[in-house]
Amino acid sequence: MAEFHPKTFAFLCNWCTYTGADLAGTSRMLYPADFRVIKVPCTGRIDMEFIIKAFEQGADGVWVSGCHIGDCHYNTGNYYAQRRWTIFRQELAFLGIDLRRLKFTWISAAEGRKFADEAAEFVNRITQLGPYNEFQSILPENREVESILGGVS
Amino acid sequence: MVISEADTTKIVNSLRVRAKELLESGEVKVIIGYGEGYTKGKAVPVFITDPGKTDQLIFDARCVNNLSMYLKHAEIKAMGKVGIVAKGCDARAINVLILESQFKREDIFILGVVCEGVGDPIEEQCKSCVANTPPVYDELFGEPIENQGWNDETFAKIEELESMTQSELWNFWVKEFDRCIKCYACREACPMCTCTRCITDKNQPQWVPTSPHSDGNYHWNLTRAFHLVGRCVGCNSCERACPMDIPLSLVNWKLIKAVHDEYEFIAGMDAETAPPLATYTEGEETDFIK
Repeated sequence: MAEFHPKTFAFLCNWCTYTGADLAGTSRMLYPADFRVIKVPCTGRIDMEFIIKAFEQGADGVWVSGCHIGDCHYNTGNYYAQRRWTIFRQELAFLGIDLRRLKFTWISAAEGRKFADEAAEFVNRITQLGPYNEFQSILPENREVESILGGVS
Repeated sequence: MVISEADTTKIVNSLRVRAKELLESGEVKVIIGYGEGYTKGKAVPVFITDPGKTDQLIFDARCVNNLSMYLKHAEIKAMGKVGIVAKGCDARAINVLILESQFKREDIFILGVVCEGVGDPIEEQCKSCVANTPPVYDELFGEPIENQGWNDETFAKIEELESMTQSELWNFWVKEFDRCIKCYACREACPMCTCTRCITDKNQPQWVPTSPHSDGNYHWNLTRAFHLVGRCVGCNSCERACPMDIPLSLVNWKLIKAVHDEYEFIAGMDAETAPPLATYTEGEETDFIK
């Protein structure tokens, strides 16, 4: 059987973590490539819809990363993001989402090493957890829907 | 503390008299209040523009609806200054709406009524009300009483759910949300859902799946609750409106609890304090973001 490669998304802020990822790359650091990077202007730009949509698109894990507190390019974006995620995580936990599949980090443009390490940690964690069957079971393609046509084809 | 029947009659009478005065003087153009329902044991919202008809107004335990949800409607705004009969939860909702610039304080005249809880039997959220006496009003009907306030029972159900494992919770909610028929009655009944175009009605891109089967039910219910963070006053209008009896109040109250635990904030107690998700404290950090 082929090795399991998770489908994961990484929402990275343009100014810090994305640049940090660049640094990791130009420094020739090795890290697993099993995540799709989505560049956003700021962590404050990440609507909670993005995360739910990612899971609805079949994601096994989602990683959100941006500037350290106080380093935001727009001064305050990550403060708002931080508050939003604080409450959002609690809601997700309450509604039965597996929080191990959601990772949050602050990685600056200078922290290429940290980026590579966190990327490895994230991908390894999700690989070990395996596919997110629980969430995917509610998606229409995996659901046994009774035909509304009642057998007429 | 119990408000006697005689007091209730007095409250209703003075409410009617004052409403008549307000309409006659032209200070307000319409009075939104409660009237006798068409079915026994039910009250309905009434919109009175004729000073001769203020005798329609009633107030008792049947008046469960949160009338402040009408204030956001363009048709109501177009009528001019509005007089509204408001219980504590309605008044709290009005505070939130003023804070969010949905209308100005001077655009409405609040006929506050002291309320000991509504519903028969008394509704769950009323047992630990933080606003038995409305926090905002132009004129108060009834003697101010002490607010019951939250107690150990308030979040008992939430804590019971919290003690479940992740998979148990998942199965519980998927089963509950599975019944959702996407009628959006929860949204329509909610005083806080003020968007003229709800995210579920936006289709470029289509965030929330809207097809007529269970696809998107989880997404919609999660989104609806999250959009109320730090705003929900816990009036349970959504749950009351839900034709499928989904326990929406559990999610709302979980978030009310989370917001209070994290930021010591209770929505709608005044119209000045910035809502927690629209502000921050310099230097604050959390432990889950490494």
